[in-house]
Amino acid sequence: MSLLDYFRSTKKNTASTAKERLQIIVAHERKRRSGPDYLPQLERDILEVIRKYVDIPADQVAVSLEQRGDELSVLELNITFPDEKR
Amino acid sequence: MAKIIVVTSGKGGVGKTTSSAAIGTGLALAGKKTVIVDFDIGLRNLDLIMGCERRVVYDFVNVINGEANLKQTLIKDKRVDNLFILPASQTRDKDALTKEGVERVLNELSAEFDFIICDSPAGIESGAMMALYFADEAVVVTNPEVSSVRDSDRILGMLSSKSRRAEQGLEGIKEHLLLTRYNPERVIKGEMLSVEDVKEILAIELVGVIPESQAVLNASNSGQPVILDEESDAGQAYLDTVKRLLGEAVPFRFLTVEKKGFIKRLFGG
Repeated sequence: MSLLDYFRSTKKNTASTAKERLQIIVAHERKRRSGPDYLPQLERDILEVIRKYVDIPADQVAVSLEQRGDELSVLELNITFPDEKR
Repeated sequence: MAKIIVVTSGKGGVGKTTSSAAIGTGLALAGKKTVIVDFDIGLRNLDLIMGCERRVVYDFVNVINGEANLKQTLIKDKRVDNLFILPASQTRDKDALTKEGVERVLNELSAEFDFIICDSPAGIESGAMMALYFADEAVVVTNPEVSSVRDSDRILGMLSSKSRRAEQGLEGIKEHLLLTRYNPERVIKGEMLSVEDVKEILAIELVGVIPESQAVLNASNSGQPVILDEESDAGQAYLDTVKRLLGEAVPFRFLTVEKKGFIKRLFGG
């Protein structure tokens, strides 16, 4: 740390932290709201099934439904498996 | 036909009742016949903020149940013409409001008033849902603070999906952002979300910014809507807000730190 840094404010600007956190959570919650009502339950059920075979934490499954044009919606499933080598 | 405006927020303690009282009073001052309806059944407080707590005889639930009529129940404000209050019940619970009952009372009020201000309870339960269901416009009261902003976004979701306008496929509720307890000094220091930050996150039109002010507590202490304190910053900010609600373009004030002069610093002010 240089002498100059000592005089500069090193305190993190908490308002910008608040803004970043809000943008993420609000976007997440909006997405969930706009999806069909069954999506959270579907996510839980899928997680249950996978857990029968592999032990994965709840936040490693992401389910999203994306509308592509008028006629097509795509259910996207993203599962991160634990590293086998460990 | 009255215009129905809900004052809502999701989170408690952000200034819904203070804002309902101020906006309702401001509309009446502008010559609009206005009634403020307290939807916070069981936790009535609008009467106290409006300074008419000792004049409550009947309440909203009495009217819904046919135990009293509106004429007996509405409290006429003694300071401002054209201003009335419909108090909430203190003894019942929030389920005392039925959609049919609320609709009947609002229809009856609508025939007589220009504006109906619905002061919503906190939360997202039946009382809050009832307050927003029939609204044409919504004032979403938000503090520049994470939990308030998040809850406001929740309420915005409800407004666009759970209201009568949404259910009947009508044009959506017009949403306004009212930022309260704003402290420009802390914003400059990077300790508080700025107007721009909150606007960007919630993405709705800004109708007013009320500075954090001693005048608000003084007003509630004495049962005077703060908008009647025309000298105060908060009172003036509410006056501007009411003008914007009525469609006037008014520049925003109290967004920057006011530099105190030498004399002011010496004698306070």
